[in-house]
Order: sequence, then structure tokens, then C-alpha cells
Amino acid sequence: MSNLTSLTIAEARAKLQKREISAFELTESYIAAIEKAKLLNAYVAETPDQARAMAKASDAKLAKGEGGSLEGIPLGIKDLFATKGVHTQACSHILDGFKPGYESTVTQNLWNAGAVMLGKLNMDEFAMGSSNETSYYGAVTNPWRRKNSNAALVPGGSSGGSASAVAAHICAAATATDTGGSIRQPAAFTGTVGIKPTYGRVSRWGVVAFASSLDQAGPITRDVRDAAIMLKAMASVDDKDTTSVDLPVPDYEKAIGKSVKGLRVGIPKEYRPDGLSSEINAVWDKGAQWLKEQGAEIVEISLPHTKYALPAYYIVAPAEASSNLARYDGVRFGLRVPGDDLIDTYEKTRAAGFGKEVQRRVMIGTYVLSAGYYDAYYVRAQKVRTLIKQDFDMAWSKVDVVLTPATPSAAFAPGEITDPVQMYLNDIFTVTVNMAGLPGIAVPAGLSSEGLPLGLQLIGKPFDEETLFQTAHVIEQAAGRFTAKSWW
Amino acid sequence: MSVDEKTVRRVARLARIQVADADLPKLAGEMNVILSFVEQLNEVKVDNVEPLTSVVEQNMKKRQDVVTDGHYPKAITQNAAASEDDFFMVPKVVE
Repeated sequence: MSNLTSLTIAEARAKLQKREISAFELTESYIAAIEKAKLLNAYVAETPDQARAMAKASDAKLAKGEGGSLEGIPLGIKDLFATKGVHTQACSHILDGFKPGYESTVTQNLWNAGAVMLGKLNMDEFAMGSSNETSYYGAVTNPWRRKNSNAALVPGGSSGGSASAVAAHICAAATATDTGGSIRQPAAFTGTVGIKPTYGRVSRWGVVAFASSLDQAGPITRDVRDAAIMLKAMASVDDKDTTSVDLPVPDYEKAIGKSVKGLRVGIPKEYRPDGLSSEINAVWDKGAQWLKEQGAEIVEISLPHTKYALPAYYIVAPAEASSNLARYDGVRFGLRVPGDDLIDTYEKTRAAGFGKEVQRRVMIGTYVLSAGYYDAYYVRAQKVRTLIKQDFDMAWSKVDVVLTPATPSAAFAPGEITDPVQMYLNDIFTVTVNMAGLPGIAVPAGLSSEGLPLGLQLIGKPFDEETLFQTAHVIEQAAGRFTAKSWW
Repeated sequence: MSVDEKTVRRVARLARIQVADADLPKLAGEMNVILSFVEQLNEVKVDNVEPLTSVVEQNMKKRQDVVTDGHYPKAITQNAAASEDDFFMVPKVVE
């Protein structure tokens, strides 16, 4: 039965509908697999009883020939999504014991579609990190290792638990969120597929906020088709989120298998900075070649403000985070460290409850928003953001989709990067997409000489996720899929 | 622009995070590394550029100004460190 966990969503869906397998046995297989994969530290809370109950309900529906698009499919949920009565702590100490009395729109959409919840997944604290090393619940380990090495590698971040769990087959797929690359970078590090949809496509209601103008939820899955199935179920028009856009959700799966003949694919020259590894360059060229062989037209383009996206991000994101995280004061939920008076209680609670990286970002954000500095930092960064968006607006007159590397390197070792700015550079290829609000997908494209997955990124026009699925699928067909060998 | 320990102390106060004096130099150093990284934005000509306020062109949704939710104070206070009679409890703030 253990090979049930090797099924993709689409494969499991077919077997469930034909009643070749039951949702209950599929769920039991995953619960057993999670038990055996504790070393990865991907889950921070497991909900096996809830999973079994949900699976039984799914079987009852399937037996009657009913059920939603994800009926009986076991999923992992990033700890950033509010799940009613279940551990929801953004992997922070400051949310100790928090169990929301409500369900996020995304997870409610998934349960309405029939999905089964296996538990909550590890992540960088408040989604701030690129290696999953800032979690209060400890680091997550990547299922992938270098050739002939037993050394642990990071799964990327902030959705490190999601990526590790999908790659290790301890959930069929996972929810994730992306503020600067937190879906696409871990997907690239683990040989999985991750899509950050257009800002406004997926409701942010009930998702713990980091930087509200950049945050967007999306799935991490084993292949492109599964990503299309998951996004269709997660996305909705939601009155509870005023930034949710009033556009019907397309059937993304229909884009899978469409030819890219005549599609114009942009290659931005600014994404080839000095010192970019030859392996990354090579996999990028190979991706372009694959698309060309299938009839796409490769067009060199320029996105001149690319290099300013990361510095602008490190003003905008901390500024918004410092405002969003003001609510963690020890009064309404989570940790409280008693002080001499109210202010002292706030200060002691926040000093004890936030980890070092979160404190650093809240401090930077507070500084750039403080009197006298607001125009020099925040307003300037928002102006630069306009220029970044205009770069893309102009590119769309020449191309239909943009192809870039997903990350500047393959997965690295825990503790290998200690300098914050070096860590931030992991997002150099992904962050522009958040700054411009565009959709981006990371798709595995090959293995490095050390045997580690390398990913490519496709960037699309606003609300044109379909072209991303269509193009990513062509890359996937050429590159093949990559599965980590179990050692855990 | 770079920050000194006095500024870090002020920012920590604004952010309501207690910072020990011994940690100030290290924090100032880390903040200065990040601030010097973002300094490169000064190279960009931003005259006559509007700051971006929304990545998607859409009018803000409006709704009727009516109560659609609420009346469950127990659910609101259930996660508080201290509450009484459906109120959040905090240290005394009025003498």
C-alpha cells in the first residue's frame, strides 16, 4: 500500500473515482509515511483523527458518485493559514497556543472541494526567511542530498515544510504562500512545482499577514497538472478580502497539453548577473531550447530596473511587516510575558516572542516608516516599484511569457549562509514578480552536477496563469520529473 | 544614512521590543548592513514617478455599511492570556 503515496493528485483522483482505492486507505498511507519521516521536521502539528474523519466523509460521497475536485486528497497546510481549532502559529513563539475560531478562505475552499487535512507544515517564522531556519519549531530538512553525501540541506523558505513534505511524498500537495519567493524558491530546491498566482487571485483572508501588498497564497505540488488542479480549488472571489479581484476562476487544467507553437518567450538579459553559476546559465539555455523546439519564439528583452527590486523589497516588506506584526502584543492572543506596566508587558512579550530575524525586520520597518525617513525610504521604494511594474508592462507588448532561472543556486547547507543580505539574495529572481503583482511558476528543469534539483521560473501577464501552466508543462515534458531517494 | 546605538534604542522603543544595552551594537551593525544594501535605490531617477499603491487596477470594493458578523465575545477572547467577563485583561493603566 505504500506506493499509494507516490500517486499524483490526478492519478489518485482517477483511482478514487473508479473506487480502485478508498480515501481512507490513501489517508492511512500518508499518516504512516508522516510517522516515518519525522527526521525531516516538515510537520509542526499532525491531525490524523481529523484526517480519518474527513477521509471517511469523502468515501461516503465518492460511493454515491459525488464529491468535489479534490475529494479524498490528503493535503498539508502551511502553518500560516488559520484552521479552526487547530494549531495556527506561523511557526512563531509569540502565537503560542493560538487556535483560531475561524477558517481561512483558502482552506475552506479546499475542504469544500473534498480535500483531507493531514496537519500543519513548518515554515520560517512569519514567513520571513529563505531556508526555513528561522522557525521556532526548528529547521526543516530537504529530502534531497548531494551525491555521495549524508549532509543535510535546507529545503528553502519560507514554505520549507510545504516543499519538503511534497518532495518526500508525505502529503499529496501543500498550500504555501509567497511574499518574495517563498513558494518558488523552496519548490526549486526540492524538485517540486510551485506557483504564486497574480496578486488578488487567491483570498488572503485568514492567512497570517506578513507584507499585505505582496503576500499571495498558492500550491506546491509534484507536477504541473497538480498545481493547476490545486490553484483552481484554492482561488476564489472573496468579499472578505477587498483585494480579491472580481474575475471568474478558469479551469486551469485545460491549459495542460496545449502547444506553445508561436508563443513569444522573453529572456531578460538583466537576469544574467556577473557571477551567475554556469550550471544555472546552462539550465536556463536548455529551457529556452526546449520551448524553441516546440515552436515557441525566443525574444531577448530588457527589464532595466530588475537590480533594484530586492533593495526596494527590503524596504516595502519590513515596513508592512512592522505594521502587521504590531498586533502581537500579548493582550488578545498568544504569548504574554508579564511586565511592570502595559508598555513593559508589550516590550517583554515581543522581545521573547519574536525570533531574531523577525525582530530585525520589524526594527528596519519601524525605522523606514519613522518620522523624517518615510519619504527617503518608503515612498522612494514605492516609486521604484512603479518602474519595475512598467518594465513588465512594456515587455508584454513583445512577449507572452518570461523565462528566467528560479534561484541563483541549488539548495545549500544549514548554517552556510549567516549574513542577512546574502540570504536575501536567494530571492533575486523571484522578488520582482511580487513587486509587480504578477504570477510566477517554478518548475524543475534538471539536476546539478551534485545531483540537486534546479528550477526554472516562468512569469506571466496579470491573471494569465493559464499560459504559465501551458508553458511549464512543456518544460516538464522535456525535463522529466525528479523524485528524491528515501533515506529517512 | 546609518544608524547609531541611540537610534536603535529609539526604534526598539517605537517597535515595542525590549533590547538589552549589550545587544545594541550588534543590532546597529546588522541594521546598517541592510540600510547600506537598500541605499542603491538612490541611483534611480524617480522624478515624476508616482508611488505604486496597487499592483492590480481595480476600484476598491464597497459594501453596505451594515453589521454582517459578530456577537460572539467568547470566541474573540478565548485565545487571550487573561480575560474576564468577555473583556481582555491588561496591567492597570490608570492610577
